[in-house]
Amino acid sequence: MSETAPSAGGAPLVYEGTAHTFGRDVDTDVIIPARYLNSSDPAELGAHCMEDIDPDFVRRVQPGDVIVAGENFGCGSSREHAPVAIKAAGVSCVVAASFARIFYRNAINTGLPIVVSREAAAGVRAGDRLRVEPAAGTVVNLTQGTTYAADSFPPFMQELIGHGGLLPYVKARLAQGAQT
Amino acid sequence: MGHTIVEKILARAAGRAAVSPGEIIEAKVDLALANDITAPLAIAEFERAGFGRVFDPAKVALVPDHFTPNKDVKSAEQAKVVREFAQRHAIEHYFEVGRGGIEHVLLPEQGLVAPGDVIIGADSHTCTYGALAAFSTGVGSTDFAAAMAWGRVWLRVPESLKFVYHGTLKPWVGGKDVILHTIGLIGVDGALYQAMEFTGEAVSGLSMDGRFTLCNMAIEAGAKCGVVGYDGETEAYLAQRPAGSRARQPYTVFASDPDAEYARTLEIDAAAIEPTVAKPHLPGNAVPASEVAGIEIDQVVIGSCTNGRLEDLHQAAEILAGRKVHPHVRLVILPGSQEVVLQAAADGTMQKLVEAGAAFSTPTCGPCLGGHMGILAAGERCVSTTNRNFVGRMGDVTSEVYLASPYVAAASAVAGHIATPADVLAGQTKGGQR
Repeated sequence: MSETAPSAGGAPLVYEGTAHTFGRDVDTDVIIPARYLNSSDPAELGAHCMEDIDPDFVRRVQPGDVIVAGENFGCGSSREHAPVAIKAAGVSCVVAASFARIFYRNAINTGLPIVVSREAAAGVRAGDRLRVEPAAGTVVNLTQGTTYAADSFPPFMQELIGHGGLLPYVKARLAQGAQT
Repeated sequence: MGHTIVEKILARAAGRAAVSPGEIIEAKVDLALANDITAPLAIAEFERAGFGRVFDPAKVALVPDHFTPNKDVKSAEQAKVVREFAQRHAIEHYFEVGRGGIEHVLLPEQGLVAPGDVIIGADSHTCTYGALAAFSTGVGSTDFAAAMAWGRVWLRVPESLKFVYHGTLKPWVGGKDVILHTIGLIGVDGALYQAMEFTGEAVSGLSMDGRFTLCNMAIEAGAKCGVVGYDGETEAYLAQRPAGSRARQPYTVFASDPDAEYARTLEIDAAAIEPTVAKPHLPGNAVPASEVAGIEIDQVVIGSCTNGRLEDLHQAAEILAGRKVHPHVRLVILPGSQEVVLQAAADGTMQKLVEAGAAFSTPTCGPCLGGHMGILAAGERCVSTTNRNFVGRMGDVTSEVYLASPYVAAASAVAGHIATPADVLAGQTKGGQR
C-alpha cells in the first residue's frame, strides 16, 4: 500500500484551531458520561462532551479547535461514543502525550485525527492557536512561535487511515478474497 | 529465544510459527462479543458498510447487560436493535434478560471461552477471560463490526509484563486486593499496550473466580490483556462447563517458555498485601483499607463483572450473615448471572444477604457505570466492588466511589463507614468521619 501521509479519510491534512487543555488520564466516562449512552446520535453525544470535567467546554469550543492533553488520554471504557462525541463537538484533532489503547483504535477506526506529542502536551497553554500537521509530524504553536515534534503513525495505521478507516479496509480485504 | 503465552496464542491465531512484540498481525477470532451500548453502533456500521452476513453466527455473542432490564425508552430502543439483529443473523449466543447476565461473568460460565482462544469484545473488561489462559482484549464498536464480517482482528503483538506474586495471601485478601495493589504500584497506564502475565504462588492459590477478578482489571492499568497460566484449577473449571460448549471441546494449552522475554518482571510480596481500597477518582489510588477506615458512606455495591461471581457473594455473606446493614447505608447486590442467582438462592447466600438488609438486584451492570439501580446523589459516597471510580462514574459529578473487595465492601456496609472485615468481626469499628 501507499506510504502516503494520514489523510483521515479525505479530511484536510492540516488542522488549525484554538487549544483546549486537559491533564493526564482523561477517561471516557468524563469525555461522554454513560448517562448519555442510551443514544448513538453524534449530535446528542457531542452536546455533552467533557461536561463532567469542563461544563463550559461545549459552549467554548469552536469548529476546528484542538484538544491537548497529557498521558493516557481516553482511558477506561471502550465506548466509541467518546471519539464520536469529540468529533461532533467540533474538535478537529486531539494531541496527547499518549493515548489509551482502545481509544487509539477507536479514533483511527472512526476517523478522529489523533497526534502523539509529548512536547506539545507539555508546552501548549489553553487558548494558544495551533496548527497540527500530522503528515509533517509537527504541531506548530502560532501563539508562542514554537514547533513541537509529533510521532508518525506506523505504516499499517497509515494504510488503515488511507482506506478511510477500518471498515473500508476490511471490505477491500474481503473483496480480495483474503478470508480463508 | 522463548516466547510468552500471549505471543504463542497470537502466533497460532495469525497462522505463524512465531510472532514478536511490536509486530502487527491479523488474528483469527474465536469469539467476538458486544453489549447493548456498544453493539448498536457496531450494527449501524456493519449495515452501512453493506457486509450482509456475519462470518460465523456461532462465534458472535450479544449480551444486553448494561442498561437492562431497560431503564428507559431510549435504552429499550437500543436493546431492540441488538435483539432484532441477533434474530436476523441467527446469532447463537444472544442472551435475553432473564436468561443471561453480565457478559464477563456469563460467557466463561457458559463455556464460551477455552484456553488458547482469541476473544475480542466491544467492552473494555473483555480482558477478564485471560484467567482461562486465553488472549482476550477490549476493542470498540467498529472493531467488533469488522470482526463480525471478517472473523479477524488486527492486533499489535504486546510486550509482556511478568508479575510474580510470592507467598500466601493473608486472610480477607483476594484477587481484588491483589489487582488494586498492583495498579497502585504501576499506575493506571503502567501496562499501557502491554500484556500483564500473573504468576506465582499466590496466583496459583486463587480460585477461578479470584483469577477472573484479577484479569478483569488489567485494563485499569492500561493493559491490552491480563493472563493466568493453565493449571489444575483451570482444568477443573472447564470440565464443569455445559456439555457441548466450547470449553468442553478440544483446546490448546500454551505456556510461557522459561526464557521468554519480558519488558519487565515485578516480584511482589503477596503475603504483605493488605485488604486494599482505591480512593477516588482513579483505580490506581490504592491504599490499605485500614488507612481510610472510618470514612462515612451512603451506599455499598457488591457485584458486577469484577466481583459478581458466587465466591464474591459467599464472601459478602460471610461478613453479613447474622448482622445488619448500617441504618444510614443502602447495600445493592448485583449478581453476575442467572446461574449465580440460582446458586446463591439454593445455598442460602441470598437469604443471608437479604435478611441483612441488602437489595438483591437482577444481573445488570447498572450503577457501575452510572446507568441505573443505585445512582449516587450529589456528595454521596459509595464503597463498591466494581472496577472504576472516575469522576461521576456512578452518578453525580460530586459523588465518590471507593473500590474494594466483597469482604471490605460488606464490612463497610455493616459499619456505616469504610471498615476492614477484621474490624467488624472484632466489633471494633471506628466512629464515622465526614
